[in-house]
Amino acid sequence: MSDISASAAGLPGKSSLYAESDRTRRRNAAEKRFRLYGLGAVGIGVIALVCLLASILGSGLSAFQQTYLKVEIYLDPAIVDPNDARLMEDPDAVRAELSKVLTFGYAPLIQGSLQAQAEELAAGPAPEITPQLLAAMVSSAAPTTLRDYVLANPEEIGETIEFDFLANARIDQYLKGKVTRESAALDSRVDVAQLNAADELLDLGQMEKRFNWDFVFGPDASENRPEAAGIGVALIGSAYMMLIVLVIAVPIGVGASIYLEEFARKNWLTDIIEVNISNLAAVPSIVFGILGLAVFINFMHLPISSPLVGGLVLTLMTLPTIIIATRAALKSIPPSIRDAALGVGASKMQAVFHHVLPLAMPGILTGTIIGLAQALGETAPLLLIGMVAFVRDYPEGILDPAVGLPVQVYNFTNRADPAFVERASGAIIVLLVFLVIMNLVAIILRRRFERRW
Amino acid sequence: MDDMRITERHLDQKDIKIKADNVQVFYGSSHAIKDVSVEIQDKTVTAFIGPSGCGKSTFLRCLNRMNDTIDICRVEGQILLDGENIYDKKVDPVQLRAKVGMVFQKPNPFPKSIYDNVAYGPRIHGLARNKAELDEIVEKSLRRGAIWDEVKDRLDAPGTGLSGGQQQRLCIARAVATEPEVLLMDEPCSALDPIATAQVEELIDELREQYSVVIVTHSMQQAARVSQKTAFFHLGNLVEFGETGQIFTNPVDSRTESYITGRIG
Amino acid sequence: MPETHIQTAFDRDLESIQATIMKMGGLVEAAITDAARALDERDETLADAVRANDKAIDDLETSVNEEAIRVIAMRQPTAVDLRTIVSVMKVSGNLERIGDYSKNIAKRATVLTQMSQIHDTSPAIRRMAQAVELMLQDALDAYIKRDPKLAEDVILRDAEVDQMYNALFRQFLTYMMEDPRNITGCMHLHFIAKNIERMGDHVTGIAEQVVYLVTGSLPADERPKADRTSFQKVAEE
Repeated sequence: MSDISASAAGLPGKSSLYAESDRTRRRNAAEKRFRLYGLGAVGIGVIALVCLLASILGSGLSAFQQTYLKVEIYLDPAIVDPNDARLMEDPDAVRAELSKVLTFGYAPLIQGSLQAQAEELAAGPAPEITPQLLAAMVSSAAPTTLRDYVLANPEEIGETIEFDFLANARIDQYLKGKVTRESAALDSRVDVAQLNAADELLDLGQMEKRFNWDFVFGPDASENRPEAAGIGVALIGSAYMMLIVLVIAVPIGVGASIYLEEFARKNWLTDIIEVNISNLAAVPSIVFGILGLAVFINFMHLPISSPLVGGLVLTLMTLPTIIIATRAALKSIPPSIRDAALGVGASKMQAVFHHVLPLAMPGILTGTIIGLAQALGETAPLLLIGMVAFVRDYPEGILDPAVGLPVQVYNFTNRADPAFVERASGAIIVLLVFLVIMNLVAIILRRRFERRW
Repeated sequence: MDDMRITERHLDQKDIKIKADNVQVFYGSSHAIKDVSVEIQDKTVTAFIGPSGCGKSTFLRCLNRMNDTIDICRVEGQILLDGENIYDKKVDPVQLRAKVGMVFQKPNPFPKSIYDNVAYGPRIHGLARNKAELDEIVEKSLRRGAIWDEVKDRLDAPGTGLSGGQQQRLCIARAVATEPEVLLMDEPCSALDPIATAQVEELIDELREQYSVVIVTHSMQQAARVSQKTAFFHLGNLVEFGETGQIFTNPVDSRTESYITGRIG
Repeated sequence: MPETHIQTAFDRDLESIQATIMKMGGLVEAAITDAARALDERDETLADAVRANDKAIDDLETSVNEEAIRVIAMRQPTAVDLRTIVSVMKVSGNLERIGDYSKNIAKRATVLTQMSQIHDTSPAIRRMAQAVELMLQDALDAYIKRDPKLAEDVILRDAEVDQMYNALFRQFLTYMMEDPRNITGCMHLHFIAKNIERMGDHVTGIAEQVVYLVTGSLPADERPKADRTSFQKVAEE
């Protein structure tokens, strides 16, 4: 009381409400500054995100389009079937006989078919083009495609078929604006004449850019044919791993959290467990990779590079996240709900499963999906258990070798050919799309379950 | 003090429903309830009053073993419900809580429909054999909770959408749905406005005809209004237990007097 | 038990209400003394003053009652506070009645001054009034000190006043029988004595409130009744 009157006495006179006092002015200024800091922080975040997206989309979107070259090829029996195997009765024998002509033998077919085209071009817009150069514009995967086709359809030998071959990566990149005439001049793997020919072929409609499903679903390709590389194996591998994480980590994680949160007595043992779970969540993921290597591969002798081992390692890594999220969700349910259930004579388990768990569901789902998303984007532990290998065959089960999406990104970026930069960014876009979808699902599920009564 | 009750507060000597004998409660190392012995009559409203932290809620929660859910809580002595010790090893607390219902400080309906709120207890205790019986129980309970007329047209509406007073009466209806013999109420009106409080108090007075009601309250006026017997707790001790009219006009213990006249907190 | 409430305003309310009672008590004491003196000294001015002062006592009673009702409504007193408020209302009622009796005595004193003095009864009446006034003093003292012992003592002393009244009653009867011209004067004097005796009863009432206030119950045993005039018959010649 006395200090109030004293300070009142200290004032020079009655102050008006209309006049802003010094204190108020300083306070308001401080508040304005703080708001600006906040806006600045948000702004930096947004700019960073925009830069990231712009750079990834800018270099990656083009990976979904690929240049194809139309070539009419006469399947010359003299080359593809020197022994007239196609006339044999037994299809297996036909196949065996046809297989004797190696992929290498098909290359002249392509070159031969392009002979006329090359002469025409050499007379016109691309004077330096030769049949060899023109054939080199076709991907080195083309003979393989051709051979696979012949092996599958031996009855068409001797006929002329129109093929869409992948264009060589350099040509593809040129048409996407990533290879310029200047850079081509320094590049031993592309000739300026080829670029001129590409322009002409594009005009003629013999070359075109199409949406490239092979990138999304096709297998990886070797280092000198980036145009054929796809991420299909990685997609399947990641899908298997997510499935394993979902099936193993979610029941274990949710079960463990329910027990710890609702049933376990609070004593030093549970305290230690709790601290350790929190610590595990902060352990670098590569450590889990080492653990997986030691336990699952070296000790349990599970197949190396398999989605099973990858999934198990990711499960270990995701468990703490799921447990922490689930416990937080359970903790946020007011005790009054438990009291209410116990008060009408429900058992502890009934109280938890009838009332607490449904209410905690949105939180648990969100936590779980965020844990899954984290697992989906994890690279380091997979490197250690051999999932970094080059795999061209689609895995048929969880024990077959596979790679994961992020590892595929890592693989692409590791390769020398600049065309893989586009591939890597494309793979990142696919990965991001999956993460966004998972987060959307999390949000939708939360909305669905969050019936705020 | 017979002269104090020429009015309706006629108190017959009723049966003893709950008898506590030298009950001690410990929270870890702290002694929360010290040697409390009390006899709670059937068909009577007994109020527990006392300053915060005096142990009245703790003692109330002993009466249906709600304290069991707290790990560090330990109860000694015995509490007899109709002569049976509820802390006996053979007693299952879940079964006990069906007999001794509880209503809490904050109205805490389940986030479900009004119907499901009331039906939950009977369902888990298997009190109804079919839907018709369950409907009957729900209606009866809501009527006893004095809320039937307000909600009969919207039994499917969420219980949490009701007003505070209605929610609390719904909780009381939920508590009586399991056919308890004793109703414990832990500050049932502390979150309610005066009108809702009056409605709940009126309900408590009606419930007295069938149940033994024990109510913990911070409002001494409320204790005076609804109870026939009042127990005053202070620092874990039961200081005074007697007829409400006597406690509020002429308490025996000076601590009681200090508390109810507002001289100690 | 701590003396003060947590809400000090409650204490202030109770104090002010009891201060009013004490002020009222002082006025009533003065009224008793002055009325008796006016009678004894045949002082008409003083008698008029007593009659005029009664208004103040009545006003105080009204204000005490209003205050008490306000406190009940606003503070919901319990236990000792409740008993304080109830006793305050009853004590103020008793005091107001005593004030009324004093006023009545003063009125009769005015009439009596216009008559010849009847023997020497007024000193006896004055002594009786003094006894009642002392009782009132002690009763109020007991109230302030919350002293049930003193209050019990006051209750017992009411018997003396009754005895004095009995004696005066017989005296007046005798005078009236001796000389019918005394009847008017004696009737007035008798009413005065009766008034003083009634005052004693009201003082007893106040003392009883003290006992109730402190112990929560009224004095158990019947107080001694010495007023036997109700059974008195005129001695037949």
